[in-house]
Amino acid sequence: MARLVISWIDRRFPLTKFIKHELTEYPTPRNLNYWWNFGFLAGFVLVLQIISGVFLAMHYKPDALLAFASIEHIMREVNYGWLLRYLHSTGASAFFVVIFIHMARTLYYGTYRAPRELMWWTGQVLLVLLMATAFMGYLLPWGQMSYWGAQVITNLFGATPMIGDEVVVWLRGDFVVGDATINRFFVLHFLFPFLICGMVLIHLVALHYVRSSNPSGFNLDAKDNIPFHPYFTTKDLFGLGVFLVIFCFFVFFYPEFFIESENNIPADPLNTPAHIVPEWYFLPFYAILRAIPDMLGGVVAMVLSILIFTAMPYLDRSKIPGGSRYRPAYRILFYVFVVNVAVLAYVGAQPPTDAMTLLGRIATFIYFGVFLLLPFLSKHEEKWLLERGLSREVLDLIEGEESHERRRKATARREETKR
Amino acid sequence: MSEQELEDRERRDFLGKVTAAVGGAGAAAACWPFISSMNPATNVLSKATTEIELSMIPEGETKTVSWQGKPVFVVHRSPDQIAAMSKSNSRIDPQPDEERAKKSEWLVVVGICTHLGCVPNKTDKGWSCPCHGSEYDLSGRVLKGPAPKNLELPPYDFVADDKLLIGKT
Ligand code: FES
Repeated sequence: MARLVISWIDRRFPLTKFIKHELTEYPTPRNLNYWWNFGFLAGFVLVLQIISGVFLAMHYKPDALLAFASIEHIMREVNYGWLLRYLHSTGASAFFVVIFIHMARTLYYGTYRAPRELMWWTGQVLLVLLMATAFMGYLLPWGQMSYWGAQVITNLFGATPMIGDEVVVWLRGDFVVGDATINRFFVLHFLFPFLICGMVLIHLVALHYVRSSNPSGFNLDAKDNIPFHPYFTTKDLFGLGVFLVIFCFFVFFYPEFFIESENNIPADPLNTPAHIVPEWYFLPFYAILRAIPDMLGGVVAMVLSILIFTAMPYLDRSKIPGGSRYRPAYRILFYVFVVNVAVLAYVGAQPPTDAMTLLGRIATFIYFGVFLLLPFLSKHEEKWLLERGLSREVLDLIEGEESHERRRKATARREETKR
Repeated sequence: MSEQELEDRERRDFLGKVTAAVGGAGAAAACWPFISSMNPATNVLSKATTEIELSMIPEGETKTVSWQGKPVFVVHRSPDQIAAMSKSNSRIDPQPDEERAKKSEWLVVVGICTHLGCVPNKTDKGWSCPCHGSEYDLSGRVLKGPAPKNLELPPYDFVADDKLLIGKT
Protein backbone atom coordinates (compact mmCIF):
# COMPACT_ATOMS: atom_id res chain seq x y z
CA MET A 1 0.00 0.00 0.00
CA ALA A 2 2.67 2.45 1.07
CA ARG A 3 4.65 1.55 -2.01
CA LEU A 4 1.61 2.26 -4.16
CA VAL A 5 1.12 5.64 -2.61
CA ILE A 6 4.79 6.52 -3.01
CA SER A 7 4.89 5.46 -6.62
CA TRP A 8 1.70 7.44 -7.22
CA ILE A 9 3.43 10.51 -5.79
CA ASP A 10 6.69 9.79 -7.60
CA ARG A 11 4.90 10.00 -10.90
CA ARG A 12 3.83 13.53 -10.02
CA PHE A 13 6.55 14.83 -7.70
CA PRO A 14 10.23 13.75 -7.38
CA LEU A 15 9.87 12.54 -3.79
CA THR A 16 12.04 9.43 -3.79
CA LYS A 17 14.58 11.06 -6.01
CA PHE A 18 14.77 14.06 -3.70
CA ILE A 19 15.24 11.95 -0.58
CA LYS A 20 17.91 9.88 -2.29
CA HIS A 21 19.74 12.84 -3.65
CA GLU A 22 19.63 15.05 -0.56
CA LEU A 23 19.65 12.50 2.23
CA THR A 24 20.21 8.77 1.80
CA GLU A 25 22.81 9.14 -0.93
CA TYR A 26 23.96 12.66 -0.26
CA PRO A 27 27.76 12.34 -0.09
CA THR A 28 29.22 13.84 3.08
CA PRO A 29 32.91 14.02 4.00
CA ARG A 30 33.67 11.23 6.44
CA ASN A 31 35.99 13.37 8.56
CA LEU A 32 33.42 15.87 9.89
CA ASN A 33 33.89 16.44 13.62
CA TYR A 34 31.34 17.57 16.16
CA TRP A 35 31.79 21.24 15.26
CA TRP A 36 29.82 20.36 12.14
CA ASN A 37 26.74 19.62 14.27
CA PHE A 38 25.78 23.17 14.93
CA GLY A 39 24.06 23.93 11.66
CA PHE A 40 21.61 21.16 12.37
CA LEU A 41 21.21 22.36 15.96
CA ALA A 42 20.46 25.88 14.72
CA GLY A 43 17.72 24.43 12.53
CA PHE A 44 16.33 22.56 15.50
CA VAL A 45 16.27 25.66 17.72
CA LEU A 46 14.58 27.64 14.94
CA VAL A 47 11.76 25.11 14.82
CA LEU A 48 11.55 25.05 18.60
CA GLN A 49 11.31 28.86 18.74
CA ILE A 50 8.61 28.96 16.08
CA ILE A 51 6.50 26.32 17.80
CA SER A 52 6.82 27.73 21.33
CA GLY A 53 6.34 31.23 19.92
CA VAL A 54 3.15 30.41 18.07
CA PHE A 55 1.63 28.87 21.19
CA LEU A 56 2.71 31.82 23.31
CA ALA A 57 1.12 34.18 20.81
CA MET A 58 -2.23 32.52 21.47
CA HIS A 59 -2.17 33.98 24.99
CA TYR A 60 -0.08 37.11 24.65
CA LYS A 61 -1.52 40.63 24.18
CA PRO A 62 0.60 43.14 22.28
CA ASP A 63 -0.70 46.23 24.06
CA ALA A 64 1.21 48.65 26.28
CA LEU A 65 -1.45 48.34 28.98
CA LEU A 66 -2.01 44.59 28.78
CA ALA A 67 1.29 43.06 27.73
CA PHE A 68 2.95 42.82 31.12
CA ALA A 69 -0.13 41.32 32.72
CA SER A 70 -0.61 38.88 29.87
CA ILE A 71 2.88 37.48 30.51
CA GLU A 72 1.92 37.00 34.15
CA HIS A 73 -1.25 35.30 32.95
CA ILE A 74 0.82 32.95 30.81
CA MET A 75 3.13 32.20 33.72
CA ARG A 76 0.42 31.59 36.32
CA GLU A 77 -2.78 30.54 34.65
CA VAL A 78 -2.18 29.09 31.20
CA ASN A 79 -1.60 25.35 31.31
CA TYR A 80 2.14 24.81 30.93
CA GLY A 81 2.41 28.50 30.07
CA TRP A 82 5.57 28.70 32.20
CA LEU A 83 7.08 25.92 30.13
CA LEU A 84 6.24 27.59 26.82
CA ARG A 85 7.71 30.86 28.01
CA TYR A 86 10.88 29.38 29.48
CA LEU A 87 11.44 27.26 26.38
CA HIS A 88 11.11 30.39 24.29
CA SER A 89 13.27 32.68 26.45
CA THR A 90 15.98 30.06 26.99
CA GLY A 91 15.67 29.10 23.33
CA ALA A 92 16.59 32.64 22.29
CA SER A 93 19.86 32.40 24.19
CA ALA A 94 20.47 28.87 22.95
CA PHE A 95 19.97 30.09 19.40
CA PHE A 96 22.76 32.63 19.77
CA VAL A 97 25.08 30.14 21.48
CA VAL A 98 24.59 27.72 18.62
CA ILE A 99 24.94 30.37 15.92
CA PHE A 100 28.07 31.87 17.48
CA ILE A 101 29.69 28.44 17.63
CA HIS A 102 28.58 27.74 14.06
CA MET A 103 30.27 30.99 12.96
CA ALA A 104 33.38 30.30 15.04
CA ARG A 105 33.65 26.91 13.35
CA THR A 106 33.57 28.56 9.95
CA LEU A 107 36.18 31.09 11.00
CA TYR A 108 38.45 28.52 12.65
CA TYR A 109 38.51 26.22 9.63
CA GLY A 110 38.51 29.05 7.12
CA THR A 111 35.54 27.54 5.30
CA TYR A 112 34.12 30.91 4.28
CA ARG A 113 36.53 30.83 1.35
CA ALA A 114 35.70 29.91 -2.23
CA PRO A 115 33.43 28.30 -3.23
CA ARG A 116 31.45 28.87 -0.02
CA GLU A 117 31.27 32.68 0.05
CA LEU A 118 27.53 32.62 -0.55
CA MET A 119 27.05 30.23 2.35
CA TRP A 120 28.91 32.68 4.54
CA TRP A 121 26.93 35.67 3.28
CA THR A 122 23.52 34.08 3.54
CA GLY A 123 24.67 33.13 7.02
CA GLN A 124 25.40 36.80 7.69
CA VAL A 125 21.93 37.78 6.55
CA LEU A 126 20.53 35.11 8.87
CA LEU A 127 22.54 36.52 11.75
CA VAL A 128 21.19 40.02 11.18
CA LEU A 129 17.62 38.72 10.86
CA LEU A 130 18.09 36.72 14.04
CA MET A 131 19.37 39.76 15.90
CA ALA A 132 16.45 41.87 14.73
CA THR A 133 13.96 39.17 15.69
CA ALA A 134 15.51 38.70 19.13
CA PHE A 135 15.62 42.44 19.74
CA MET A 136 11.95 42.93 18.87
CA GLY A 137 10.93 39.90 20.88
CA TYR A 138 12.70 41.30 23.90
CA LEU A 139 10.39 44.33 23.99
CA LEU A 140 7.26 42.19 24.22
CA PRO A 141 7.29 41.42 28.00
CA TRP A 142 7.15 45.21 28.47
CA GLY A 143 9.38 45.22 31.54
CA GLN A 144 11.83 47.99 32.37
CA MET A 145 14.79 46.36 30.58
CA SER A 146 12.63 45.58 27.57
CA TYR A 147 11.41 49.14 27.39
CA TRP A 148 14.72 50.91 27.81
CA GLY A 149 16.55 48.48 25.59
CA ALA A 150 14.08 49.26 22.82
CA GLN A 151 14.29 52.99 23.56
CA VAL A 152 18.08 52.99 23.26
CA ILE A 153 18.27 50.77 20.18
CA THR A 154 15.58 52.65 18.24
CA ASN A 155 17.43 55.84 19.12
CA LEU A 156 20.48 54.47 17.32
CA PHE A 157 18.62 55.20 14.10
CA GLY A 158 18.65 58.86 15.15
CA ALA A 159 22.24 58.86 13.95
CA THR A 160 20.94 58.73 10.35
CA PRO A 161 22.18 61.95 8.77
CA MET A 162 19.55 64.64 8.10
CA ILE A 163 16.37 62.69 8.83
CA GLY A 164 17.46 60.93 12.02
CA ASP A 165 14.66 62.21 14.27
CA GLU A 166 11.95 61.45 11.71
CA VAL A 167 13.26 57.92 11.24
CA VAL A 168 13.13 57.26 14.98
CA VAL A 169 9.55 58.53 15.29
CA TRP A 170 8.58 56.50 12.23
CA LEU A 171 10.06 53.33 13.69
CA ARG A 172 8.24 53.82 16.97
CA GLY A 173 4.99 55.23 15.62
CA ASP A 174 5.14 57.55 18.61
CA PHE A 175 7.51 60.09 20.14
CA VAL A 176 8.69 57.49 22.62
CA VAL A 177 8.47 53.71 22.61
CA GLY A 178 4.77 53.17 23.22
CA ASP A 179 1.65 51.25 22.32
CA ALA A 180 2.20 51.61 18.58
CA THR A 181 5.74 50.29 19.01
CA ILE A 182 4.88 47.14 20.95
CA ASN A 183 2.13 46.28 18.48
CA ARG A 184 4.35 46.52 15.42
CA PHE A 185 7.25 44.78 17.14
CA PHE A 186 4.92 41.87 17.90
CA VAL A 187 3.82 41.63 14.28
CA LEU A 188 7.39 41.82 12.98
CA HIS A 189 8.62 39.39 15.61
CA PHE A 190 6.04 36.96 14.24
CA LEU A 191 6.90 37.68 10.61
CA PHE A 192 10.70 37.58 10.70
CA PRO A 193 11.08 33.90 11.62
CA PHE A 194 9.40 33.05 8.33
CA LEU A 195 11.86 35.26 6.47
CA ILE A 196 14.54 33.36 8.37
CA CYS A 197 13.05 30.07 7.17
CA GLY A 198 13.20 31.32 3.58
CA MET A 199 16.80 32.36 4.00
CA VAL A 200 17.66 29.02 5.60
CA LEU A 201 16.28 27.35 2.51
CA ILE A 202 18.63 29.36 0.32
CA HIS A 203 21.47 28.58 2.73
CA LEU A 204 20.70 24.86 2.36
CA VAL A 205 20.36 24.93 -1.42
CA ALA A 206 23.77 26.59 -1.57
CA LEU A 207 25.13 23.99 0.85
CA HIS A 208 23.91 21.06 -1.18
CA TYR A 209 25.35 22.62 -4.31
CA VAL A 210 28.87 23.26 -3.01
CA ARG A 211 28.69 20.35 -0.51
CA SER A 212 29.74 20.36 3.13
CA SER A 213 33.17 21.68 3.94
CA ASN A 214 35.36 19.56 6.19
CA PRO A 215 38.25 20.08 8.59
CA SER A 216 40.89 19.43 5.91
CA GLY A 217 39.70 22.37 3.84
CA PHE A 218 39.76 20.22 0.67
CA ASN A 219 37.01 18.56 -1.21
CA LEU A 220 37.69 14.95 -0.41
CA ASP A 221 37.89 12.12 -2.92
CA ALA A 222 34.65 10.34 -3.65
CA LYS A 223 35.92 7.37 -1.65
CA ASP A 224 36.21 9.59 1.41
CA ASN A 225 32.56 10.60 1.30
CA ILE A 226 29.84 8.61 3.00
CA PRO A 227 26.05 8.93 2.72
CA PHE A 228 24.49 11.50 4.99
CA HIS A 229 21.92 9.02 6.16
CA PRO A 230 22.41 7.03 8.37
CA TYR A 231 25.91 8.21 9.33
CA PHE A 232 25.34 11.87 9.92
CA THR A 233 21.70 11.73 10.87
CA THR A 234 22.91 9.55 13.75
CA LYS A 235 25.73 11.89 14.59
CA ASP A 236 23.45 14.93 14.47
CA LEU A 237 20.86 13.24 16.65
CA PHE A 238 23.49 12.30 19.20
CA GLY A 239 24.61 15.94 19.26
CA LEU A 240 21.01 16.96 19.67
CA GLY A 241 20.74 14.69 22.71
CA VAL A 242 23.73 16.38 24.37
CA PHE A 243 22.34 19.79 23.48
CA LEU A 244 18.93 18.96 24.94
CA VAL A 245 20.44 17.81 28.23
CA ILE A 246 22.12 21.20 28.68
CA PHE A 247 19.13 23.11 27.33
CA CYS A 248 16.62 21.38 29.60
CA PHE A 249 18.91 21.91 32.57
CA PHE A 250 18.46 25.65 32.09
CA VAL A 251 14.77 25.48 31.18
CA PHE A 252 13.85 23.46 34.25
CA PHE A 253 16.39 24.50 36.88
CA TYR A 254 17.68 27.97 35.97
CA PRO A 255 15.02 29.47 33.69
CA GLU A 256 15.67 32.97 35.06
CA PHE A 257 19.38 32.73 34.33
CA PHE A 258 18.98 34.63 31.07
CA ILE A 259 16.29 37.05 32.30
CA GLU A 260 17.28 40.35 33.93
CA SER A 261 15.48 40.73 37.24
CA GLU A 262 14.85 44.39 36.39
CA ASN A 263 12.48 43.14 33.70
CA ASN A 264 10.03 42.01 36.38
CA ILE A 265 9.14 45.67 36.87
CA PRO A 266 6.61 47.00 34.34
CA ALA A 267 7.90 49.53 31.81
CA ASP A 268 8.00 53.10 33.11
CA PRO A 269 8.61 55.71 30.39
CA LEU A 270 9.62 58.34 32.95
CA ASN A 271 12.32 56.36 34.79
CA THR A 272 15.38 54.66 33.44
CA PRO A 273 16.76 51.84 35.60
CA ALA A 274 20.12 52.69 37.19
CA HIS A 275 22.05 50.27 35.03
CA ILE A 276 20.70 49.06 31.75
CA VAL A 277 22.33 46.21 29.90
CA PRO A 278 21.28 44.52 26.68
CA GLU A 279 20.86 40.77 26.41
CA TRP A 280 24.17 38.91 26.69
CA TYR A 281 24.35 38.17 22.96
CA PHE A 282 24.46 41.88 22.14
CA LEU A 283 27.07 42.78 24.76
CA PRO A 284 30.21 42.78 22.56
CA PHE A 285 28.54 45.03 20.00
CA TYR A 286 27.13 47.25 22.72
CA ALA A 287 30.64 47.64 24.17
CA ILE A 288 31.88 48.77 20.75
CA LEU A 289 29.04 51.30 20.57
CA ARG A 290 30.02 52.74 23.93
CA ALA A 291 33.74 52.74 23.17
CA ILE A 292 33.45 55.50 20.57
CA PRO A 293 32.90 58.92 22.18
CA ASP A 294 31.06 60.29 19.15
CA MET A 295 27.45 59.13 18.69
CA LEU A 296 27.41 58.69 14.92
CA GLY A 297 30.88 57.14 15.12
CA GLY A 298 29.69 54.68 17.74
CA VAL A 299 26.73 53.57 15.67
CA VAL A 300 28.85 53.21 12.55
CA ALA A 301 31.46 51.18 14.45
CA MET A 302 28.79 48.91 15.86
CA VAL A 303 27.19 48.26 12.48
CA LEU A 304 30.60 47.74 10.95
CA SER A 305 31.57 45.26 13.66
CA ILE A 306 28.83 42.96 12.37
CA LEU A 307 29.10 43.69 8.65
CA ILE A 308 32.88 43.33 8.53
CA PHE A 309 32.55 39.55 8.66
CA THR A 310 31.19 39.77 5.13
CA ALA A 311 34.63 40.79 3.89
CA MET A 312 36.34 37.70 5.32
CA PRO A 313 36.59 35.80 2.01
CA TYR A 314 38.56 38.74 0.63
CA LEU A 315 40.53 39.68 3.73
CA ASP A 316 41.96 36.18 4.00
CA ARG A 317 44.38 36.00 1.08
CA SER A 318 46.07 32.73 1.89
CA LYS A 319 45.55 29.70 -0.32
CA ILE A 320 46.65 27.23 2.33
CA PRO A 321 43.56 25.17 3.08
CA GLY A 322 42.07 24.07 6.34
CA GLY A 323 42.08 27.39 8.17
CA SER A 324 43.66 27.22 11.61
CA ARG A 325 44.38 23.57 11.24
CA TYR A 326 47.40 24.09 8.97
CA ARG A 327 48.00 27.79 9.60
CA PRO A 328 49.60 28.61 12.97
CA ALA A 329 49.51 32.40 12.57
CA TYR A 330 45.86 32.36 11.55
CA ARG A 331 45.13 30.14 14.53
CA ILE A 332 46.72 32.62 16.93
CA LEU A 333 44.69 35.42 15.36
CA PHE A 334 41.52 33.36 15.76
CA TYR A 335 42.10 32.84 19.48
CA VAL A 336 43.03 36.48 20.02
CA PHE A 337 39.76 37.41 18.37
CA VAL A 338 37.67 35.03 20.46
CA VAL A 339 39.24 36.15 23.74
CA ASN A 340 38.84 39.77 22.69
CA VAL A 341 35.14 39.28 21.98
CA ALA A 342 34.79 37.83 25.48
CA VAL A 343 36.52 40.91 26.92
CA LEU A 344 34.14 43.15 24.96
CA ALA A 345 31.17 41.21 26.29
CA TYR A 346 32.46 41.69 29.83
CA VAL A 347 32.96 45.43 29.29
CA GLY A 348 29.50 45.74 27.76
CA ALA A 349 27.95 44.37 30.94
CA GLN A 350 29.74 46.81 33.27
CA PRO A 351 28.68 50.35 34.21
CA PRO A 352 30.55 52.98 32.16
CA THR A 353 33.46 53.83 34.46
CA ASP A 354 36.70 55.34 33.13
CA ALA A 355 38.66 52.10 33.45
CA MET A 356 35.94 50.17 31.61
CA THR A 357 35.78 52.75 28.84
CA LEU A 358 39.53 52.46 28.36
CA LEU A 359 39.41 48.67 28.31
CA GLY A 360 36.49 48.84 25.87
CA ARG A 361 38.46 51.11 23.56
CA ILE A 362 41.49 48.85 23.57
CA ALA A 363 39.32 45.81 22.86
CA THR A 364 37.48 47.65 20.08
CA PHE A 365 40.82 48.57 18.56
CA ILE A 366 41.94 44.94 18.67
CA TYR A 367 38.59 43.77 17.23
CA PHE A 368 39.01 45.81 14.07
CA GLY A 369 42.78 45.40 14.12
CA VAL A 370 42.42 41.65 13.69
CA PHE A 371 40.41 42.12 10.49
CA LEU A 372 42.80 44.73 9.11
CA LEU A 373 45.86 42.66 9.95
CA LEU A 374 44.50 39.56 8.25
CA PRO A 375 45.30 40.39 4.59
CA PHE A 376 49.00 41.01 5.35
CA LEU A 377 49.32 38.25 7.84
CA SER A 378 47.70 35.65 5.60
CA LYS A 379 49.95 36.52 2.64
CA HIS A 380 53.11 36.37 4.72
CA GLU A 381 52.04 33.23 6.44
CA GLU A 382 51.39 31.56 3.10
CA LYS A 383 54.84 32.46 1.85
CA TRP A 384 56.45 31.29 5.05
CA LEU A 385 54.57 28.01 5.04
CA LEU A 386 55.43 27.30 1.40
CA GLU A 387 59.13 28.05 1.99
CA ARG A 388 59.21 25.88 5.04
CA GLY A 389 57.54 23.07 3.15
CA LEU A 390 54.13 21.74 3.95
CA SER A 391 53.60 18.71 6.11
CA ARG A 392 53.08 15.27 4.60
CA GLU A 393 49.46 15.35 5.66
CA VAL A 394 48.68 18.53 3.73
CA LEU A 395 50.66 17.41 0.70
CA ASP A 396 48.69 14.19 0.61
CA LEU A 397 45.48 16.16 0.72
CA ILE A 398 46.64 18.48 -2.04
CA GLU A 399 47.56 15.44 -4.10
CA GLY A 400 44.18 13.90 -3.43
CA GLU A 401 42.51 17.10 -4.47
CA GLU A 402 44.62 17.31 -7.62
CA SER A 403 43.98 13.74 -8.69
CA HIS A 404 40.32 14.42 -7.98
CA GLU A 405 40.47 17.45 -10.24
CA ARG A 406 42.32 15.52 -12.91
CA ARG A 407 39.81 12.72 -12.85
CA ARG A 408 36.93 15.18 -13.02
CA LYS A 409 38.47 16.89 -16.04
CA ALA A 410 39.23 13.57 -17.70
CA THR A 411 35.64 12.41 -17.44
CA ALA A 412 34.46 15.77 -18.71
CA ARG A 413 36.75 15.42 -21.71
CA ARG A 414 35.63 11.87 -22.35
CA GLU A 415 32.08 12.98 -22.35
CA GLU A 416 32.92 15.79 -24.71
CA THR A 417 34.52 13.44 -27.24
CA LYS A 418 31.67 11.00 -26.97
CA ARG A 419 29.35 13.73 -28.10
CA MET B 1 1.40 45.17 -37.45
CA SER B 2 3.69 45.28 -40.41
CA GLU B 3 6.82 43.19 -40.74
CA GLN B 4 8.97 46.23 -40.39
CA GLU B 5 7.49 47.32 -37.11
CA LEU B 6 8.23 43.93 -35.58
CA GLU B 7 11.82 44.21 -36.57
CA ASP B 8 12.33 47.64 -35.12
CA ARG B 9 14.58 46.60 -32.24
CA GLU B 10 15.28 50.04 -30.94
CA ARG B 11 11.63 50.85 -30.66
CA ARG B 12 10.94 47.63 -28.77
CA ASP B 13 13.76 48.24 -26.34
CA PHE B 14 12.55 51.75 -25.74
CA LEU B 15 9.00 50.60 -25.05
CA GLY B 16 10.33 47.90 -22.75
CA LYS B 17 12.34 50.41 -20.77
CA VAL B 18 9.48 52.88 -20.51
CA THR B 19 7.15 50.14 -19.29
CA ALA B 20 9.68 49.07 -16.68
CA ALA B 21 10.23 52.66 -15.54
CA VAL B 22 6.53 53.49 -15.24
CA GLY B 23 5.78 50.19 -13.54
CA GLY B 24 8.68 50.66 -11.14
CA ALA B 25 7.62 54.19 -10.27
CA GLY B 26 4.05 52.99 -9.71
CA ALA B 27 5.20 50.19 -7.43
CA ALA B 28 7.39 52.62 -5.48
CA ALA B 29 4.51 55.07 -5.11
CA ALA B 30 2.25 52.27 -3.92
CA CYS B 31 4.67 51.67 -1.03
CA TRP B 32 4.05 55.13 0.35
CA PRO B 33 0.74 54.49 2.17
CA PHE B 34 2.29 51.49 3.88
CA ILE B 35 5.37 53.38 5.01
CA SER B 36 3.32 56.36 6.08
CA SER B 37 0.96 54.20 8.12
CA MET B 38 3.85 53.52 10.47
CA ASN B 39 4.13 57.19 11.44
CA PRO B 40 2.35 58.42 14.60
CA ALA B 41 -1.42 58.27 14.23
CA THR B 42 -3.52 61.37 14.83
CA ASN B 43 -4.48 60.37 18.37
CA VAL B 44 -0.80 60.17 19.23
CA LEU B 45 -0.17 63.54 17.62
CA SER B 46 -3.00 65.09 19.63
CA LYS B 47 -1.24 64.50 22.97
CA ALA B 48 0.46 67.77 22.14
CA THR B 49 0.36 69.97 25.25
CA THR B 50 0.75 69.66 29.01
CA GLU B 51 -0.14 72.25 31.66
CA ILE B 52 1.56 72.60 35.06
CA GLU B 53 0.89 74.61 38.26
CA LEU B 54 4.22 76.16 39.13
CA SER B 55 3.32 76.86 42.76
CA MET B 56 3.62 73.11 43.33
CA ILE B 57 7.38 73.26 42.83
CA PRO B 58 9.31 74.89 45.69
CA GLU B 59 12.67 76.52 45.08
CA GLY B 60 15.47 74.03 44.44
CA GLU B 61 13.06 71.27 43.49
CA THR B 62 12.53 69.49 40.20
CA LYS B 63 9.34 68.04 38.86
CA THR B 64 9.15 65.54 36.03
CA VAL B 65 6.05 65.83 33.89
CA SER B 66 5.00 63.87 30.84
CA TRP B 67 4.65 65.71 27.53
CA GLN B 68 3.85 63.71 24.40
CA GLY B 69 4.85 60.72 26.53
CA LYS B 70 8.30 62.18 27.03
CA PRO B 71 9.57 63.22 30.46
CA VAL B 72 10.09 66.97 30.85
CA PHE B 73 12.12 68.30 33.79
CA VAL B 74 10.81 71.53 35.30
CA VAL B 75 13.40 72.95 37.72
CA HIS B 76 12.84 75.81 40.11
CA ARG B 77 16.37 77.17 40.33
CA SER B 78 17.73 79.16 43.27
CA PRO B 79 19.55 82.50 42.73
CA ASP B 80 22.87 80.78 43.55
CA GLN B 81 22.29 78.17 40.93
CA ILE B 82 21.26 80.75 38.34
CA ALA B 83 24.41 82.76 39.07
CA ALA B 84 26.60 79.69 38.75
CA MET B 85 24.96 78.64 35.50
CA SER B 86 25.30 82.04 33.85
CA LYS B 87 29.06 81.92 34.53
CA SER B 88 29.77 78.35 33.45
CA ASN B 89 29.26 76.74 30.07
CA SER B 90 29.46 73.46 28.20
CA ARG B 91 32.52 72.66 26.12
CA ILE B 92 30.73 70.16 23.91
CA ASP B 93 27.72 72.30 22.96
CA PRO B 94 28.29 75.82 24.34
CA GLN B 95 25.22 77.97 24.84
CA PRO B 96 24.67 80.82 27.35
CA ASP B 97 22.25 80.10 30.17
CA GLU B 98 20.05 83.06 29.18
CA GLU B 99 19.19 81.36 25.91
CA ARG B 100 18.15 78.21 27.70
CA ALA B 101 15.56 79.58 30.10
CA LYS B 102 12.79 82.07 29.32
CA LYS B 103 12.55 82.98 33.00
CA SER B 104 15.88 82.36 34.68
CA GLU B 105 14.38 80.70 37.78
CA TRP B 106 12.53 78.14 35.66
CA LEU B 107 14.46 75.64 33.61
CA VAL B 108 12.30 73.51 31.34
CA VAL B 109 14.10 70.74 29.42
CA VAL B 110 13.13 67.47 27.78
CA GLY B 111 14.43 64.75 30.08
CA ILE B 112 15.73 62.53 27.34
CA CYS B 113 19.45 62.02 27.02
CA THR B 114 20.56 63.29 23.61
CA HIS B 115 22.77 60.25 23.27
CA LEU B 116 20.39 57.31 23.09
CA GLY B 117 17.29 58.39 24.90
CA CYS B 118 17.58 57.25 28.51
CA VAL B 119 16.16 59.47 31.24
CA PRO B 120 19.04 61.09 33.14
CA ASN B 121 18.94 60.97 36.95
CA LYS B 122 18.99 64.13 39.06
CA THR B 123 22.23 64.85 40.90
CA ASP B 124 23.31 67.89 42.93
CA LYS B 125 25.12 69.41 39.99
CA GLY B 126 22.50 68.58 37.37
CA TRP B 127 21.81 65.20 35.81
CA SER B 128 23.78 62.11 34.98
CA CYS B 129 22.66 59.48 32.55
CA PRO B 130 22.68 55.91 33.85
CA CYS B 131 23.08 54.39 30.43
CA HIS B 132 26.47 55.54 29.16
CA GLY B 133 27.53 58.12 31.70
CA SER B 134 26.69 61.46 30.04
CA GLU B 135 26.46 64.41 32.44
CA TYR B 136 24.43 67.60 32.25
CA ASP B 137 24.53 70.78 34.34
CA LEU B 138 21.62 72.69 35.86
CA SER B 139 21.05 74.42 32.56
CA GLY B 140 20.66 71.06 30.82
CA ARG B 141 23.96 71.58 29.02
CA VAL B 142 26.09 68.53 28.36
CA LEU B 143 29.30 68.47 30.42
CA LYS B 144 30.49 64.98 29.58
CA GLY B 145 29.85 62.75 26.54
CA PRO B 146 28.94 60.54 24.81
CA ALA B 147 25.85 62.76 24.49
CA PRO B 148 26.52 65.14 21.60
CA LYS B 149 24.03 67.90 22.43
CA ASN B 150 22.43 69.74 25.34
CA LEU B 151 19.08 68.55 26.62
CA GLU B 152 16.41 69.67 24.20
CA LEU B 153 14.19 72.63 25.07
CA PRO B 154 10.50 71.98 24.47
CA PRO B 155 8.30 74.82 23.21
CA TYR B 156 6.65 76.35 26.30
CA ASP B 157 4.93 79.45 27.56
CA PHE B 158 4.01 80.99 30.90
CA VAL B 159 0.30 81.39 30.22
CA ALA B 160 -0.31 82.88 33.68
CA ASP B 161 2.01 83.86 36.50
CA ASP B 162 2.13 80.37 37.89
CA LYS B 163 0.98 78.35 34.94
CA LEU B 164 3.29 76.71 32.47
CA LEU B 165 2.10 75.29 29.17
CA ILE B 166 4.43 72.87 27.44
CA GLY B 167 3.91 72.27 23.75
CA LYS B 168 2.98 74.42 20.79
CA THR B 169 -0.28 76.32 21.10
S1 FES C 1 21.62 57.42 26.62
FE1 FES C 1 22.45 58.80 28.01
S2 FES C 1 24.53 58.45 27.82
FE2 FES C 1 23.73 57.10 26.34
